[in-house]
Amino acid sequence: MYSGFKVMIGLEVHAQITSLKTKLFCSCPSNYREKPPNTNVCPVCLGLPGSLPVLNKKAIEEAVKVALALNSTPSKVLIFTRKHYFYPDLPKNYQISQYDGVGSAPLAKGGYIVISPTRGVEKVVRIRRINVEEDPGRIVYPYGSISASPYSLIDYNRSGIALLEIVTEPDLESPREARCFIQKLLSILEHLGVTDPKLEGAVRVDANVSVGGGERVEIKNIGSPKDVEKALAYEIARQLSIIRSGGKVIRETRHWDKSKGVTIAGRAKELEEDYRYFPDPDLPAIPIDKSLIDRLLSELPELPDERVSRLIREYGLTRYVASVIVTSGKDLADFFEEVVRQCGSPQLVSSILVNELLRWVDELNVDLREGIKRLNKDRLCKIISYYNNNLINIKLLKNYIKEVIVNNAEPEALVRQGYVTIRDCRVLEAVIDEVIRENPKAVSDALKNPKVINYLVGQVMLKTKCRADPRITNELIVRRLRSLGNVS
Amino acid sequence: MDREVLTLSGLRAKLAENPKFLYEYIEFIYDVIDAVEGKVKAFITLRSKDDVLREADRVVDKLIEGRAGRLAGALLAVKDNIVTKGLRTTCASKILSDFIPPYNATVVDRILREDAIIIGKTNMDEFAMGSTTENSAFFPTRNPWDLSRVPGGSSGGSAAAVSALEATAALGTDTGGSVRAPAAFTATVGLKPTYGLVSRYGLIAYASSMDQVGPIGRTVTDVSIILDVISGRDVKDATSTHSRGGYREATVEPFKVLHPKLRVAVIEELVVGGVEKPVKHSFLRTLRKLESNGIDVIWLNMPISRYSLPAYYIIAMAEASSNLARYDGIRYGLHESVEGRPWYEVYTNVRTRGFGKEVKHRILLGSFVLSAGYYDEYYLRASKVRKIVRDSLLAILREHDAVISPTMPVLPPKLGERIADPLKLYAIDINTVLANLAGVPAISIPSDIVNDLPVAVQLMGNEFDEVRLVALARVVEGIINLAPLVPPLVRRYV
Ligand SMILES: [Zn+2]
Repeated sequence: MYSGFKVMIGLEVHAQITSLKTKLFCSCPSNYREKPPNTNVCPVCLGLPGSLPVLNKKAIEEAVKVALALNSTPSKVLIFTRKHYFYPDLPKNYQISQYDGVGSAPLAKGGYIVISPTRGVEKVVRIRRINVEEDPGRIVYPYGSISASPYSLIDYNRSGIALLEIVTEPDLESPREARCFIQKLLSILEHLGVTDPKLEGAVRVDANVSVGGGERVEIKNIGSPKDVEKALAYEIARQLSIIRSGGKVIRETRHWDKSKGVTIAGRAKELEEDYRYFPDPDLPAIPIDKSLIDRLLSELPELPDERVSRLIREYGLTRYVASVIVTSGKDLADFFEEVVRQCGSPQLVSSILVNELLRWVDELNVDLREGIKRLNKDRLCKIISYYNNNLINIKLLKNYIKEVIVNNAEPEALVRQGYVTIRDCRVLEAVIDEVIRENPKAVSDALKNPKVINYLVGQVMLKTKCRADPRITNELIVRRLRSLGNVS
Repeated sequence: MDREVLTLSGLRAKLAENPKFLYEYIEFIYDVIDAVEGKVKAFITLRSKDDVLREADRVVDKLIEGRAGRLAGALLAVKDNIVTKGLRTTCASKILSDFIPPYNATVVDRILREDAIIIGKTNMDEFAMGSTTENSAFFPTRNPWDLSRVPGGSSGGSAAAVSALEATAALGTDTGGSVRAPAAFTATVGLKPTYGLVSRYGLIAYASSMDQVGPIGRTVTDVSIILDVISGRDVKDATSTHSRGGYREATVEPFKVLHPKLRVAVIEELVVGGVEKPVKHSFLRTLRKLESNGIDVIWLNMPISRYSLPAYYIIAMAEASSNLARYDGIRYGLHESVEGRPWYEVYTNVRTRGFGKEVKHRILLGSFVLSAGYYDEYYLRASKVRKIVRDSLLAILREHDAVISPTMPVLPPKLGERIADPLKLYAIDINTVLANLAGVPAISIPSDIVNDLPVAVQLMGNEFDEVRLVALARVVEGIINLAPLVPPLVRRYV
């Protein structure tokens, strides 16, 4: 609820099947990234006169795997449908897609994902349908944005890449839930090995949102879970302010401007577009047999929910920590297990990943994969061994993590620079002397109230840049106060 | 020129004996072309004699070495909706008037692999939409039997070229009769194979669920030789299927594959009604000839056939509206400057200028029958009719060796006679569309000359049973005993 208004969000997630070697209907490589424009093309994906699509059967296996993992029911027969609209990135001016209507069928219907938007809360989000379709080409604006470019270019390298369209029911009620849903979905796709969400442009989301039962607004083409959250938060605030000022939200399509952090109106939808769907006569219907489904079911790898349970069981993590690790991406969960396999300390490692690593990549706005690369297994295990051997305290440990992620520092170098816990009593006593000399008031207070001792410890920490061993420091201060007066 | 070498089979025999005869043959064909092409206008793109002679050197070498393919020396005309690498392919449309394909259709690869030489690309109704070749955006083709009449369509250029001795044989395409209609009007043989027997890869789509490439030749054996070459599964066409082959052999010894007691069915609805009197009388005479040669003729009814024409046109137009969406001037074909104008304005201009009237007509109707609210009423109902037509026809074909009918219900019309009224034009497809709706094979063979004009019969066979269809057609051709026919226009050359 947003100030008494019910928010309804439905998502259409487009995820490329990046595990395939070739495009959906031709033998062009599916790895189109980094190639010179219009070099990864053939008569089929350019829609040249006379060319015909031939289905990449592996794509269907991958899609059925996804359907099974999302508890969805695959169609008994695979039917492709032509969806007609004119647009320059669409070489045939129709997209080979699927459709839930007479004579057609989506790849799968129904299903659900359970998300955990906050600690201790679980929510079921229903899936409406799953389609397999071809990706269009890409419009390139030579000066960055559509408004700044006097012309646009078309690159068909992406044209014909296999795309999954996963559509939810409008069950999501906040931007946070939408983000959790997408993260969970991407983690499932990653665990299945179907989609690598880290590849640029591999995942795009359209979000439909309505506030207080008003008209539905569609936000098109959002690139990441984080941006989905931001775009929806902006859009809900925009709609609320319209409603509050007595206006009415109109049904329209908007675009997310990532750099400005706002949604921008696209063309108003005066008419519901008529896509003139009909079954594609070039692609015969193919039965999806039970034997294929049984085989794919038996081959399903460990999925996020099972992995969360296993992490709880094997490493004693809390459900919350385990789900954060798994839904933040398969890479993080793999990293966690690798590190623990080498240096143990699952509680410490999980807490470092959840509280430090995720925080820093978020603050620095770097890719999680890059964060993991910097804080790699060797570095993290070294830091943990320093901690376990009392070479550094917990505060230093956190600083080490930060230094490694932010500045790509080597832990050994930090040790060499003397950035370690001071346990030498003579060194500490010299610092304590200084603190006592500089804080006569605190010292006299501490003599009456032992809690003030913490303040003195803090001053020592400050002077030593957190390097003082807190336990030894505490002991030394107590002993010193005792010699000064009567501290019992 | 010796009459024997006018057929593909005769030419093959002659070249086996004397490979260098090919040069003489090419000279002959180009002499005829020089004399009559200005009148007939069968070709949109004709290759130069020098280019063809250069290619002939290689074929002659292979013939001498005894490793020539099955179509060695054949000068084949190819309909201009079949893509040919490096050779302009227009679909007889302004929108593709400068389109040079970067690849070959599978059928083109297959004929070239067997050492055929492509002599040129033939005229047609724009995007194969028409039955007279008057809908070409460039010029109409004329019937070699009477230059004031149409050659039929949409493969009118291919049939006229074969008929006028401008080519050994030809490839056409047939969506609702486009191979058989011009074959019938020009006294040539035209075969539409079972849907899926011949790859559609590289055939520029009109109505994808019915389009098939088919050969046009002077005899049943000639089209069978070509069918042997072009048929069979193609990994580039998901709707293509395996071919049994052995079509030519079946025409050499037809009774090896046929039952000695032949039974052909006549569907009454295809003979009464719209069939003109001279055509009907000729057809009945042909039936009597068959009966007197021991073939049983069984008359029966197929009431659903009266819905086949509307069902055919709804499905064909729906698919056409989709298939022709890609012509927008951005990637190939008719182009116009996009500077300073939104893309949709450019699309509108290109399509307005690039498509002819009939094509626009069909795109509009096709878009209409697919639109929300009308889909069930038109497209879905037409699909149901199609299913019933197919089931009824297959039931008849299980009990009979073939269904026989006049191919065309009329004699070749005069230019301009039918084109003005689309309904009158569509009506002449009445007997041919059945085979496309049902997906079964059908062949048209010349059966008579009436008022100096060709008349033909059509035989429809069971699906994927081209072996028996061509064998039967060969038997019927033998009984009729007219082939090969040469029109008066070119008689002095043979
Ligand atoms: Zn391709």
